[in-house]
Amino acid sequence: MTLELVSILDKDGKAQKGKDPNLPPEELKKLYRLMVATRQLDDRGLALQRQGRIGFYLQSTGQEASHLGSAYALQDSDWLFPAYRQPGILLLREVPLQKIVAEWFGNSGDTSKGRQMPVHYSFREANFVSISSPIGTQLTQAAGAGMAARIRGDDTVFMTYCGDGGTSSNDFHTGLNFAGVYKAPVVFVCENNGWAISVPSARQTASESMAIKADAYGMPGVRVDGNDILAVYRVCKEAVERARRGDGPTFVETVTYRIASHSSSDDAARYRDAKEFEAWKKKDPILRFQQYLKHRKLWNEAFEQDCVEGSKAEIAAAVKAAEALPNPGPETLFDDVFMNLTPQLKAQRQELHDLMAKGGVGAAVGHFPL
Amino acid sequence: MTATETKNQTATPGTKVMTLLEAITDAMRTEMRNDDRVVVFGEDVGKKGGVFGATMGIQDEFGEQRCFDSPLSECGIIGTGVGMALYGLRPVAEIQFLDFIYPAFDQIVSEAAKMRYRSGGEYTCPMVIRSPYGGGIRGGHYHSQSSEAYFCHTPGLKVVIPSTPADAKGLLIAAIRDEDPVMFLEPKALYRHAKGEVPLGEHVVPIGKARIAREGTDVTILCYGAMVPVCEAAAKEAEANGRSVEVVDLRTLVPLDEATVLESVRKTGRCVVVYEAPKTCGYGAELSAIVAEKCIEYLEGPIVRVAGFDTPFPYTLEHLYMPDTKRVLAGIDKTFVW
Repeated sequence: MTLELVSILDKDGKAQKGKDPNLPPEELKKLYRLMVATRQLDDRGLALQRQGRIGFYLQSTGQEASHLGSAYALQDSDWLFPAYRQPGILLLREVPLQKIVAEWFGNSGDTSKGRQMPVHYSFREANFVSISSPIGTQLTQAAGAGMAARIRGDDTVFMTYCGDGGTSSNDFHTGLNFAGVYKAPVVFVCENNGWAISVPSARQTASESMAIKADAYGMPGVRVDGNDILAVYRVCKEAVERARRGDGPTFVETVTYRIASHSSSDDAARYRDAKEFEAWKKKDPILRFQQYLKHRKLWNEAFEQDCVEGSKAEIAAAVKAAEALPNPGPETLFDDVFMNLTPQLKAQRQELHDLMAKGGVGAAVGHFPL
Repeated sequence: MTATETKNQTATPGTKVMTLLEAITDAMRTEMRNDDRVVVFGEDVGKKGGVFGATMGIQDEFGEQRCFDSPLSECGIIGTGVGMALYGLRPVAEIQFLDFIYPAFDQIVSEAAKMRYRSGGEYTCPMVIRSPYGGGIRGGHYHSQSSEAYFCHTPGLKVVIPSTPADAKGLLIAAIRDEDPVMFLEPKALYRHAKGEVPLGEHVVPIGKARIAREGTDVTILCYGAMVPVCEAAAKEAEANGRSVEVVDLRTLVPLDEATVLESVRKTGRCVVVYEAPKTCGYGAELSAIVAEKCIEYLEGPIVRVAGFDTPFPYTLEHLYMPDTKRVLAGIDKTFVW
């Protein structure tokens, strides 16, 4: 059984007849603006890491269509259980840039109070659940949240992400299995970007696609061109509606490519064929969508300039403001382990406080590149 | 004694004599009536009512939406439980035997336990993980383990182990109401052996408070769960030999009621720590360290650990592995003569 690769835009950005989701022009321009801003945000994040101003960064370059097109199919009241390569969703959900950037610095402006490495966001205001590094755990949690919504009679839909590597995790099987059994309103998006750090997707599975796995869990599986934002949106919109109707989960494989290295700690040139990389670079999802907008007469140089320079300026301002913030206070080390401090934590906090009061301890606070 | 027979015993008004198992069922029913966010799920907990019967009748009373069977996946039970808690339910997940919990370890220690901290308090995970633990039922390696130490070592988890029916009910209700994830470990050896009066309806025993199970003046025994009646029996025997033994039932391992522990050891000047888990790096090692750090000047003898051996849990030789009254008595002796 070969699954068709769903696409709408051809390589020149022309929409196939009868398939265009016909989004209003302003929405199309908004999506383009978000894609550009996401790329700018990633470029800035990596630059800050290279300058030694933040400890780590992880880019989503090349995957803007995949995560923005999918999340755009949701309502704001729907929840996201993300992996770690979907930063555009934060922009889509209008999380203030300064809060996003403060997370990189892990300082007092960070909603997570500096508890996690950069890009492990958590924004309750955006129904964006805290990201964890271990692969796949969010898939099972999304299934559980979906089960809970059904129990409560809510029509919330849950979208959760993993990569091709994530399909090998225990939680991939578990999450899809539970969601299938309980008909949980979940859309599983697997961003198949070809690589899990240095391991190619052929090493993750002997299946001919990721989407085909959905069959084993009793849910539809769809394979979509992940660099085609309209196709991703259309496929996910159907999946979201299906979930909201109570017809259960869908598995969507977005076929895309990780243009950047895995993270700021990785150099993909050491293990990746330059030809493969160059071929995918030509399929840039932003350029493709730009051509589509051009055909629709919704794009010109002035608009481009506005998108690029506008987001650059906003990000620069956010970096400036976020970087100026102090670290979280030492006492916050002990907060949020539990709702209330236990006697043991109180005693340990006092111990640290007393040592710091004597001087010396805690003086060597700084950055620690990984 | 069967469950039916226990019902015929006369009890103080407002209470009922129950087994520890019946008290656990009663706790869940009480809290499910009180709070419609509470859901109970796990393997075989629905129609069958659980392999030990802890959820007997719950699906009949509350329906399949609030008490349901899960696929056979501990990782799935806990992982979906985390999702349910994030979305606002109060999941009570049953892991059929604590020995089966390891596939869910990541979801417990890195997800449930860390959600509040890593999200800066924005997301929380108020869920209860119930699981029968411990030996004494001839269950061999896969139905007898006492692996509480793994969870006590994990910041963000509370760990509760009752030893009496009244505490089982009161602590389980407190656990369900707690805003943080609680490992609620049930001494399966006492499921049907421990019987006692349990208050009907609302009954809460606060997490983090130990109980003096027996007062004494010469030596303190620190213990929990199925070791409590063993230590009480040993205390009785020791008393016949002129030694007055205080038995402290910890009830909560995290957060530990250090005040009660230290007060008792300061009073008696001697300390024996009893646990059925493997000795090395067990929870008793932590207790010994706390006593040594905080009241060594009161001690008249060494702190002694009486524990399971550092072997896998045996089947045929279970009786040699489990600490019994004789080993506890030998431990008491060591605090007097060394």
